[in-house]
Amino acid sequence: MDLIKEHPILDFQHGKKVKFFFDGKAMEGFEGEPIAAALHSNGVVIYRETPEMKRPRGFFCAIGKCSSCFMVVDGVPNVRTCVTALTEGMRVETQRGKGLVPALS
Amino acid sequence: MRQTEVMVIGGGPAGLSAAVEAASLGCQVLVVDSDLKLGGQLIKQTHKFFGSKEEHAGTRGYQIADILFRELEENKDRIQILSNTTAVGYYKEDGVISCVTGEDEYFRVKPQRVIMATGAQEKMIPFPNNDLPGVYGAGAVQTLMNVYGVMPGKRVLMVGAGNIGLIVSYQMKQAGVDIAGIVEFMPHVGGYWVHAAKDRRLGIPIYLRHTILEALGDRFVTGAVIQEVGAKGGLEGEPKKIDCDVICMAVGLTPTCELLWQAGCEMVFVPELCGYVAKRDNQMRTSVPTIWVAGDAAGIEEASSAMVEGRVAGLNAARSLARLMDSEFDARSSLYWKRLSDLRAGPVGEKIRYGISQACCGSWEV
Repeated sequence: MDLIKEHPILDFQHGKKVKFFFDGKAMEGFEGEPIAAALHSNGVVIYRETPEMKRPRGFFCAIGKCSSCFMVVDGVPNVRTCVTALTEGMRVETQRGKGLVPALS
Repeated sequence: MRQTEVMVIGGGPAGLSAAVEAASLGCQVLVVDSDLKLGGQLIKQTHKFFGSKEEHAGTRGYQIADILFRELEENKDRIQILSNTTAVGYYKEDGVISCVTGEDEYFRVKPQRVIMATGAQEKMIPFPNNDLPGVYGAGAVQTLMNVYGVMPGKRVLMVGAGNIGLIVSYQMKQAGVDIAGIVEFMPHVGGYWVHAAKDRRLGIPIYLRHTILEALGDRFVTGAVIQEVGAKGGLEGEPKKIDCDVICMAVGLTPTCELLWQAGCEMVFVPELCGYVAKRDNQMRTSVPTIWVAGDAAGIEEASSAMVEGRVAGLNAARSLARLMDSEFDARSSLYWKRLSDLRAGPVGEKIRYGISQACCGSWEV
Protein backbone atom coordinates (compact mmCIF):
# COMPACT_ATOMS: atom_id res chain seq x y z
CA MET A 1 0.00 0.00 0.00
CA ASP A 2 1.26 3.45 -0.95
CA LEU A 3 0.92 5.11 2.45
CA ILE A 4 2.65 8.15 3.89
CA LYS A 5 5.62 6.76 5.78
CA GLU A 6 6.77 9.71 7.80
CA HIS A 7 4.93 12.92 8.53
CA PRO A 8 6.24 15.95 10.44
CA ILE A 9 2.88 16.65 12.11
CA LEU A 10 0.51 13.71 11.83
CA ASP A 11 0.65 10.28 13.35
CA PHE A 12 -1.78 8.07 11.42
CA GLN A 13 -3.94 5.63 13.34
CA HIS A 14 -5.27 2.96 11.05
CA GLY A 15 -7.91 0.39 11.90
CA LYS A 16 -7.78 -3.32 11.32
CA LYS A 17 -6.15 -4.46 8.08
CA VAL A 18 -8.65 -6.38 5.93
CA LYS A 19 -8.61 -8.20 2.62
CA PHE A 20 -10.93 -7.10 -0.17
CA PHE A 21 -11.24 -7.74 -3.90
CA PHE A 22 -10.96 -5.31 -6.77
CA ASP A 23 -12.21 -6.86 -10.03
CA GLY A 24 -11.43 -10.21 -8.49
CA LYS A 25 -7.90 -9.33 -7.41
CA ALA A 26 -7.13 -9.55 -3.69
CA MET A 27 -5.96 -6.35 -2.03
CA GLU A 28 -5.45 -5.01 1.46
CA GLY A 29 -6.99 -1.98 3.09
CA PHE A 30 -8.12 -0.70 6.46
CA GLU A 31 -11.55 -1.49 7.83
CA GLY A 32 -13.80 1.54 8.18
CA GLU A 33 -11.80 3.71 5.81
CA PRO A 34 -13.32 4.77 2.47
CA ILE A 35 -13.16 2.15 -0.29
CA ALA A 36 -11.75 4.84 -2.60
CA ALA A 37 -8.83 5.51 -0.24
CA ALA A 38 -8.05 1.81 -0.02
CA LEU A 39 -8.08 1.48 -3.81
CA HIS A 40 -5.92 4.54 -4.26
CA SER A 41 -3.35 3.21 -1.82
CA ASN A 42 -3.25 0.05 -3.95
CA GLY A 43 -2.55 2.11 -7.06
CA VAL A 44 -6.07 1.83 -8.51
CA VAL A 45 -7.20 5.16 -9.97
CA ILE A 46 -9.88 4.16 -12.53
CA TYR A 47 -13.15 3.40 -10.74
CA ARG A 48 -15.74 3.43 -13.51
CA GLU A 49 -16.42 4.00 -17.20
CA THR A 50 -19.07 6.49 -18.32
CA PRO A 51 -22.20 5.13 -20.09
CA GLU A 52 -22.00 7.12 -23.35
CA MET A 53 -18.42 8.22 -23.99
CA LYS A 54 -16.77 5.30 -22.16
CA ARG A 55 -14.52 7.77 -20.38
CA PRO A 56 -12.58 6.54 -17.37
CA ARG A 57 -13.52 8.17 -14.07
CA GLY A 58 -11.92 8.07 -10.64
CA PHE A 59 -11.65 9.76 -7.31
CA PHE A 60 -12.59 13.45 -7.38
CA CYS A 61 -14.52 15.24 -4.60
CA ALA A 62 -14.25 12.79 -1.69
CA ILE A 63 -17.43 14.18 -0.10
CA GLY A 64 -20.05 12.01 -1.79
CA LYS A 65 -21.30 14.70 -4.15
CA CYS A 66 -19.76 14.40 -7.62
CA SER A 67 -20.58 10.75 -8.56
CA SER A 68 -17.17 10.29 -10.17
CA CYS A 69 -16.21 7.37 -7.89
CA PHE A 70 -19.36 5.25 -8.33
CA MET A 71 -18.51 1.54 -8.35
CA VAL A 72 -20.24 -1.80 -8.02
CA VAL A 73 -19.81 -2.94 -4.42
CA ASP A 74 -20.98 -6.41 -3.41
CA GLY A 75 -23.17 -6.42 -6.53
CA VAL A 76 -24.74 -3.00 -5.89
CA PRO A 77 -23.99 -0.33 -8.52
CA ASN A 78 -23.55 3.44 -8.01
CA VAL A 79 -21.99 3.13 -4.56
CA ARG A 80 -20.16 6.32 -3.55
CA THR A 81 -16.83 4.71 -2.74
CA CYS A 82 -15.41 7.90 -1.20
CA VAL A 83 -17.90 7.79 1.68
CA THR A 84 -18.52 4.06 1.98
CA ALA A 85 -16.49 2.17 4.55
CA LEU A 86 -14.37 -0.81 3.56
CA THR A 87 -15.24 -4.14 5.19
CA GLU A 88 -13.58 -7.55 5.22
CA GLY A 89 -14.06 -9.52 2.02
CA MET A 90 -15.81 -6.70 0.13
CA ARG A 91 -16.10 -7.25 -3.61
CA VAL A 92 -15.42 -3.98 -5.41
CA GLU A 93 -15.78 -3.83 -9.18
CA THR A 94 -15.20 -1.25 -11.90
CA GLN A 95 -18.60 0.07 -12.93
CA ARG A 96 -19.30 0.10 -16.65
CA GLY A 97 -22.22 2.24 -17.69
CA LYS A 98 -25.10 2.80 -15.33
CA GLY A 99 -24.87 -0.55 -13.63
CA LEU A 100 -27.61 -3.09 -13.14
CA VAL A 101 -29.90 -2.96 -10.16
CA PRO A 102 -29.54 -6.27 -8.35
CA ALA A 103 -32.63 -8.47 -8.19
CA LEU A 104 -34.50 -8.05 -4.94
CA SER A 105 -34.24 -11.14 -2.79
CA MET B 1 -40.44 9.30 11.95
CA ARG B 2 -37.76 10.77 14.19
CA GLN B 3 -38.49 13.90 16.21
CA THR B 4 -35.99 16.38 17.52
CA GLU B 5 -36.00 19.92 18.82
CA VAL B 6 -33.01 21.05 16.82
CA MET B 7 -31.62 19.33 13.75
CA VAL B 8 -28.16 20.34 12.64
CA ILE B 9 -27.29 19.41 9.07
CA GLY B 10 -23.53 19.14 8.70
CA GLY B 11 -20.98 18.15 11.34
CA GLY B 12 -18.16 20.52 10.43
CA PRO B 13 -16.93 23.48 12.47
CA ALA B 14 -20.20 25.43 12.11
CA GLY B 15 -22.55 22.51 12.70
CA LEU B 16 -20.71 21.09 15.70
CA SER B 17 -20.48 24.53 17.30
CA ALA B 18 -24.20 25.03 16.73
CA ALA B 19 -24.98 21.62 18.22
CA VAL B 20 -22.87 22.24 21.32
CA GLU B 21 -24.37 25.68 21.84
CA ALA B 22 -27.99 24.53 21.50
CA ALA B 23 -27.44 21.40 23.62
CA SER B 24 -25.62 23.28 26.37
CA LEU B 25 -28.72 25.48 26.61
CA GLY B 26 -30.93 22.42 27.09
CA CYS B 27 -32.12 21.57 23.57
CA GLN B 28 -32.34 18.04 22.22
CA VAL B 29 -30.13 18.04 19.14
CA LEU B 30 -29.72 15.68 16.20
CA VAL B 31 -26.64 16.13 14.02
CA VAL B 32 -26.41 14.45 10.62
CA ASP B 33 -23.17 14.42 8.66
CA SER B 34 -22.58 12.84 5.28
CA ASP B 35 -18.99 11.79 5.88
CA LEU B 36 -17.66 8.68 7.63
CA LYS B 37 -15.87 10.93 10.11
CA LEU B 38 -17.22 13.95 11.92
CA GLY B 39 -15.48 17.32 11.88
CA GLY B 40 -15.78 18.47 8.26
CA GLN B 41 -12.67 20.13 6.90
CA LEU B 42 -11.17 20.65 10.36
CA ILE B 43 -9.93 17.08 10.68
CA LYS B 44 -7.68 17.43 7.65
CA GLN B 45 -6.26 20.83 8.44
CA THR B 46 -2.76 20.48 9.80
CA HIS B 47 -1.86 24.17 9.74
CA LYS B 48 -2.13 26.47 12.72
CA PHE B 49 -5.11 28.77 12.68
CA PHE B 50 -4.96 32.56 12.64
CA GLY B 51 -7.69 34.77 14.01
CA SER B 52 -8.29 35.21 17.68
CA LYS B 53 -7.53 33.32 20.86
CA GLU B 54 -11.24 32.54 21.39
CA GLU B 55 -11.22 30.70 18.07
CA HIS B 56 -8.04 28.82 18.97
CA ALA B 57 -5.53 30.82 16.94
CA GLY B 58 -2.19 29.03 16.98
CA THR B 59 -3.86 25.62 17.24
CA ARG B 60 -3.89 23.20 14.30
CA GLY B 61 -7.25 22.55 12.64
CA TYR B 62 -7.52 18.87 13.57
CA GLN B 63 -6.76 19.75 17.19
CA ILE B 64 -9.60 22.29 17.15
CA ALA B 65 -11.83 19.43 15.99
CA ASP B 66 -10.73 17.48 19.07
CA ILE B 67 -11.76 20.40 21.28
CA LEU B 68 -15.22 20.40 19.66
CA PHE B 69 -15.46 16.61 20.06
CA ARG B 70 -14.81 17.03 23.80
CA GLU B 71 -17.60 19.61 24.01
CA LEU B 72 -19.92 17.20 22.20
CA GLU B 73 -18.98 14.56 24.74
CA GLU B 74 -19.80 16.90 27.62
CA ASN B 75 -23.28 17.38 26.13
CA LYS B 76 -23.80 13.83 24.93
CA ASP B 77 -27.05 13.37 26.87
CA ARG B 78 -28.70 15.85 24.57
CA ILE B 79 -26.84 15.33 21.29
CA GLN B 80 -27.40 12.47 18.91
CA ILE B 81 -24.96 12.18 16.02
CA LEU B 82 -25.51 10.25 12.81
CA SER B 83 -22.43 10.01 10.59
CA ASN B 84 -22.44 8.79 6.99
CA THR B 85 -25.94 10.24 6.86
CA THR B 86 -26.97 12.72 4.19
CA ALA B 87 -30.01 14.97 4.43
CA VAL B 88 -31.37 14.63 0.91
CA GLY B 89 -34.74 16.35 0.93
CA TYR B 90 -36.66 19.11 2.68
CA TYR B 91 -40.43 18.98 2.34
CA LYS B 92 -41.85 22.50 2.57
CA GLU B 93 -45.40 21.29 3.22
CA ASP B 94 -44.62 19.90 6.66
CA GLY B 95 -40.94 20.68 7.33
CA VAL B 96 -39.99 17.01 7.18
CA ILE B 97 -36.41 16.21 6.21
CA SER B 98 -35.55 12.94 4.52
CA CYS B 99 -32.15 11.40 5.19
CA VAL B 100 -30.20 8.40 4.05
CA THR B 101 -27.55 6.56 6.03
CA GLY B 102 -25.01 4.85 3.81
CA GLU B 103 -26.49 4.06 0.42
CA ASP B 104 -29.93 2.70 1.23
CA GLU B 105 -31.16 3.28 4.78
CA TYR B 106 -33.78 6.00 4.40
CA PHE B 107 -35.61 7.70 7.26
CA ARG B 108 -37.45 10.92 7.97
CA VAL B 109 -36.99 13.55 10.64
CA LYS B 110 -39.47 16.12 11.87
CA PRO B 111 -37.40 18.78 13.62
CA GLN B 112 -38.77 21.85 15.34
CA ARG B 113 -35.78 23.95 14.33
CA VAL B 114 -33.13 23.41 11.65
CA ILE B 115 -29.57 24.69 11.41
CA MET B 116 -28.15 24.31 7.93
CA ALA B 117 -24.39 23.99 8.22
CA THR B 118 -23.89 22.11 4.98
CA GLY B 119 -20.54 23.66 4.13
CA ALA B 120 -19.18 24.04 0.67
CA GLN B 121 -18.18 22.19 -2.44
CA GLU B 122 -15.37 22.76 -4.85
CA LYS B 123 -15.64 24.72 -8.05
CA MET B 124 -14.21 23.38 -11.28
CA ILE B 125 -12.81 25.06 -14.37
CA PRO B 126 -13.23 23.74 -17.91
CA PHE B 127 -10.30 22.34 -19.89
CA PRO B 128 -9.88 19.29 -22.12
CA ASN B 129 -9.56 16.03 -20.17
CA ASN B 130 -10.56 17.61 -16.84
CA ASP B 131 -12.53 14.43 -16.14
CA LEU B 132 -9.49 12.12 -16.26
CA PRO B 133 -8.64 10.16 -13.13
CA GLY B 134 -5.86 12.14 -11.48
CA VAL B 135 -7.68 15.47 -11.68
CA TYR B 136 -8.66 15.78 -8.03
CA GLY B 137 -10.24 18.44 -5.87
CA ALA B 138 -7.88 19.96 -3.30
CA GLY B 139 -10.19 18.94 -0.47
CA ALA B 140 -10.15 15.37 -1.76
CA VAL B 141 -6.36 15.33 -1.84
CA GLN B 142 -6.30 16.63 1.73
CA THR B 143 -8.67 13.88 2.80
CA LEU B 144 -6.58 11.17 1.20
CA MET B 145 -3.38 12.49 2.71
CA ASN B 146 -4.18 13.99 6.07
CA VAL B 147 -7.08 11.82 7.18
CA TYR B 148 -6.16 8.46 5.68
CA GLY B 149 -2.41 8.76 5.17
CA VAL B 150 -2.60 7.82 1.51
CA MET B 151 -0.17 9.32 -1.01
CA PRO B 152 -2.29 11.26 -3.53
CA GLY B 153 0.31 10.86 -6.28
CA LYS B 154 4.00 11.17 -7.04
CA ARG B 155 4.15 14.54 -8.73
CA VAL B 156 1.35 17.07 -8.53
CA LEU B 157 0.45 20.23 -10.40
CA MET B 158 -1.64 22.57 -8.24
CA VAL B 159 -4.12 24.85 -9.97
CA GLY B 160 -4.95 27.94 -7.90
CA ALA B 161 -2.84 29.98 -5.48
CA GLY B 162 -5.54 30.91 -3.01
CA ASN B 163 -5.10 29.79 0.59
CA ILE B 164 -6.24 26.25 -0.13
CA GLY B 165 -3.90 25.81 -3.11
CA LEU B 166 -0.97 27.25 -1.18
CA ILE B 167 -1.62 25.23 1.98
CA VAL B 168 -2.36 21.90 0.29
CA SER B 169 0.82 22.28 -1.81
CA TYR B 170 3.11 22.48 1.20
CA GLN B 171 1.10 19.79 2.97
CA MET B 172 1.79 17.47 0.03
CA LYS B 173 5.46 18.36 0.19
CA GLN B 174 5.41 17.50 3.93
CA ALA B 175 3.90 14.13 3.04
CA GLY B 176 6.70 13.44 0.56
CA VAL B 177 4.92 14.32 -2.69
CA ASP B 178 6.83 16.23 -5.36
CA ILE B 179 5.08 19.44 -6.44
CA ALA B 180 5.60 20.44 -10.08
CA GLY B 181 4.30 23.92 -9.38
CA ILE B 182 1.32 26.08 -8.59
CA VAL B 183 -0.51 27.71 -11.50
CA GLU B 184 -2.39 30.94 -10.83
CA PHE B 185 -4.33 32.92 -13.43
CA MET B 186 -4.08 36.20 -11.49
CA PRO B 187 -0.89 38.31 -11.40
CA HIS B 188 -0.66 37.77 -7.62
CA VAL B 189 -1.29 35.01 -5.11
CA GLY B 190 -4.81 35.02 -3.70
CA GLY B 191 -3.91 33.57 -0.31
CA TYR B 192 -1.90 34.89 2.61
CA TRP B 193 1.76 35.71 2.02
CA VAL B 194 2.81 33.52 4.93
CA HIS B 195 1.52 30.44 3.09
CA ALA B 196 3.03 31.49 -0.26
CA ALA B 197 6.34 32.12 1.49
CA LYS B 198 6.28 28.63 2.95
CA ASP B 199 5.75 27.13 -0.52
CA ARG B 200 8.63 29.18 -1.90
CA ARG B 201 10.91 28.12 0.97
CA LEU B 202 10.14 24.53 0.05
CA GLY B 203 11.19 25.28 -3.53
CA ILE B 204 7.73 25.07 -5.09
CA PRO B 205 7.49 27.27 -8.21
CA ILE B 206 4.45 29.53 -8.38
CA TYR B 207 3.47 30.35 -11.97
CA LEU B 208 1.54 33.60 -11.74
CA ARG B 209 -0.46 34.72 -14.81
CA HIS B 210 -0.61 31.13 -16.00
CA THR B 211 -3.49 28.85 -16.78
CA ILE B 212 -3.95 25.15 -17.44
CA LEU B 213 -4.76 24.39 -21.07
CA GLU B 214 -5.33 20.67 -20.85
CA ALA B 215 -4.69 17.50 -18.91
CA LEU B 216 -2.64 14.91 -20.76
CA GLY B 217 -3.21 11.19 -20.61
CA ASP B 218 -5.25 8.45 -22.19
CA ARG B 219 -6.75 6.57 -19.22
CA PHE B 220 -5.36 8.74 -16.38
CA VAL B 221 -3.31 11.90 -15.95
CA THR B 222 0.27 11.74 -17.18
CA GLY B 223 0.87 15.46 -17.51
CA ALA B 224 -0.56 18.91 -18.10
CA VAL B 225 -0.05 21.80 -20.46
CA ILE B 226 0.13 25.29 -19.00
CA GLN B 227 0.63 28.66 -20.64
CA GLU B 228 1.20 32.26 -19.66
CA VAL B 229 -1.72 34.66 -19.70
CA GLY B 230 -1.28 38.27 -20.84
CA ALA B 231 -2.58 41.38 -19.16
CA LYS B 232 -5.78 41.24 -21.23
CA GLY B 233 -6.37 37.55 -20.48
CA GLY B 234 -5.10 36.20 -23.84
CA LEU B 235 -2.46 33.47 -24.06
CA GLU B 236 1.15 34.53 -24.42
CA GLY B 237 4.46 32.78 -25.00
CA GLU B 238 4.76 29.05 -25.61
CA PRO B 239 2.73 26.28 -23.97
CA LYS B 240 4.75 24.38 -21.33
CA LYS B 241 4.38 20.67 -20.74
CA ILE B 242 4.46 19.59 -17.09
CA ASP B 243 4.97 15.97 -16.07
CA CYS B 244 2.61 15.00 -13.27
CA ASP B 245 0.25 12.21 -12.25
CA VAL B 246 -2.15 14.44 -10.31
CA ILE B 247 -3.66 17.81 -11.17
CA CYS B 248 -5.04 19.27 -7.97
CA MET B 249 -7.86 21.78 -8.39
CA ALA B 250 -8.02 24.61 -5.86
CA VAL B 251 -10.07 27.08 -7.85
CA GLY B 252 -12.52 28.09 -5.19
CA LEU B 253 -15.50 26.83 -3.27
CA THR B 254 -19.19 27.48 -3.51
CA PRO B 255 -21.77 27.16 -0.71
CA THR B 256 -23.74 23.91 -0.58
CA CYS B 257 -27.26 25.24 -0.65
CA GLU B 258 -29.59 22.66 -2.25
CA LEU B 259 -31.59 22.10 0.94
CA LEU B 260 -32.00 25.84 1.44
CA TRP B 261 -33.47 26.11 -2.07
CA GLN B 262 -35.74 23.13 -1.38
CA ALA B 263 -36.92 24.73 1.84
CA GLY B 264 -37.94 27.83 -0.08
CA CYS B 265 -35.49 30.12 1.69
CA GLU B 266 -35.06 33.43 -0.07
CA MET B 267 -31.74 33.13 -1.91
CA VAL B 268 -29.39 35.73 -3.31
CA PHE B 269 -26.32 35.45 -5.54
CA VAL B 270 -23.37 37.19 -3.88
CA PRO B 271 -20.03 36.87 -5.75
CA GLU B 272 -18.10 37.89 -2.61
CA LEU B 273 -19.67 34.93 -0.76
CA CYS B 274 -18.89 32.70 -3.78
CA GLY B 275 -22.37 31.77 -4.96
CA TYR B 276 -25.98 31.58 -3.95
CA VAL B 277 -26.61 32.02 -0.24
CA ALA B 278 -29.70 32.29 1.90
CA LYS B 279 -30.71 35.79 2.85
CA ARG B 280 -30.48 36.00 6.60
CA ASP B 281 -31.30 38.42 9.37
CA ASN B 282 -28.70 39.68 11.80
CA GLN B 283 -29.05 36.46 13.84
CA MET B 284 -28.39 34.08 10.88
CA ARG B 285 -32.09 33.20 10.50
CA THR B 286 -33.29 32.58 6.94
CA SER B 287 -36.62 33.72 5.46
CA VAL B 288 -38.08 30.42 6.70
CA PRO B 289 -38.52 31.20 10.40
CA THR B 290 -37.50 27.75 11.65
CA ILE B 291 -34.24 27.60 9.65
CA TRP B 292 -30.88 29.15 10.46
CA VAL B 293 -27.72 29.00 8.41
CA ALA B 294 -24.08 28.98 9.51
CA GLY B 295 -20.57 28.49 8.18
CA ASP B 296 -19.55 28.15 4.55
CA ALA B 297 -23.16 27.36 3.60
CA ALA B 298 -23.88 31.00 4.49
CA GLY B 299 -20.98 32.25 2.35
CA ILE B 300 -17.42 31.03 1.85
CA GLU B 301 -15.23 32.33 4.64
CA GLU B 302 -13.10 30.22 6.98
CA ALA B 303 -13.46 27.86 9.91
CA SER B 304 -12.94 30.38 12.73
CA SER B 305 -15.90 32.51 11.73
CA ALA B 306 -17.89 29.38 10.84
CA MET B 307 -17.56 28.22 14.45
CA VAL B 308 -18.85 31.54 15.78
CA GLU B 309 -21.71 31.61 13.28
CA GLY B 310 -22.59 28.13 14.47
CA ARG B 311 -22.74 29.44 18.04
CA VAL B 312 -25.02 32.26 16.90
CA ALA B 313 -27.34 29.85 15.08
CA GLY B 314 -27.42 27.42 18.02
CA LEU B 315 -28.05 30.22 20.49
CA ASN B 316 -30.95 31.59 18.44
CA ALA B 317 -32.51 28.18 17.89
CA ALA B 318 -32.41 27.69 21.68
CA ARG B 319 -33.88 31.11 22.28
CA SER B 320 -36.75 30.42 19.87
CA LEU B 321 -37.51 27.34 21.99
CA ALA B 322 -37.53 29.56 25.09
CA ARG B 323 -34.45 27.93 26.63
CA LEU B 324 -32.82 31.04 28.02
CA MET B 325 -33.53 34.43 29.52
CA ASP B 326 -33.29 37.53 27.35
CA SER B 327 -30.43 38.85 29.47
CA GLU B 328 -28.34 35.73 28.88
CA PHE B 329 -29.20 35.76 25.21
CA ASP B 330 -28.10 39.38 24.90
CA ALA B 331 -24.84 38.72 26.72
CA ARG B 332 -23.92 35.72 24.56
CA SER B 333 -25.14 37.27 21.33
CA SER B 334 -23.14 40.46 21.74
CA LEU B 335 -20.04 38.43 22.63
CA TYR B 336 -20.35 36.29 19.48
CA TRP B 337 -20.98 39.24 17.19
CA LYS B 338 -18.02 41.04 18.70
CA ARG B 339 -15.86 37.99 17.92
CA LEU B 340 -17.19 37.87 14.36
CA SER B 341 -16.51 41.54 13.78
CA ASP B 342 -12.98 41.09 15.16
CA LEU B 343 -12.37 38.15 12.80
CA ARG B 344 -13.68 40.20 9.86
CA ALA B 345 -11.83 43.41 10.74
CA GLY B 346 -9.26 45.15 8.59
CA PRO B 347 -8.52 45.08 4.88
CA VAL B 348 -8.51 41.24 4.71
CA GLY B 349 -12.13 41.19 5.84
CA GLU B 350 -13.31 43.85 3.41
CA LYS B 351 -14.63 41.44 0.79
CA ILE B 352 -16.51 39.31 3.31
CA ARG B 353 -17.98 42.37 5.03
CA TYR B 354 -19.30 43.63 1.72
CA GLY B 355 -20.66 40.17 0.82
CA ILE B 356 -22.50 39.89 4.11
CA SER B 357 -23.98 43.35 3.64
CA GLN B 358 -25.52 42.00 0.41
CA ALA B 359 -26.98 38.90 2.06
CA CYS B 360 -28.12 40.28 5.42
CA CYS B 361 -31.54 41.88 5.59
CA GLY B 362 -31.20 43.11 9.19
CA SER B 363 -34.53 41.80 10.43
CA TRP B 364 -37.35 39.78 8.88
CA GLU B 365 -39.91 41.52 11.10
CA VAL B 366 -41.64 44.49 9.48
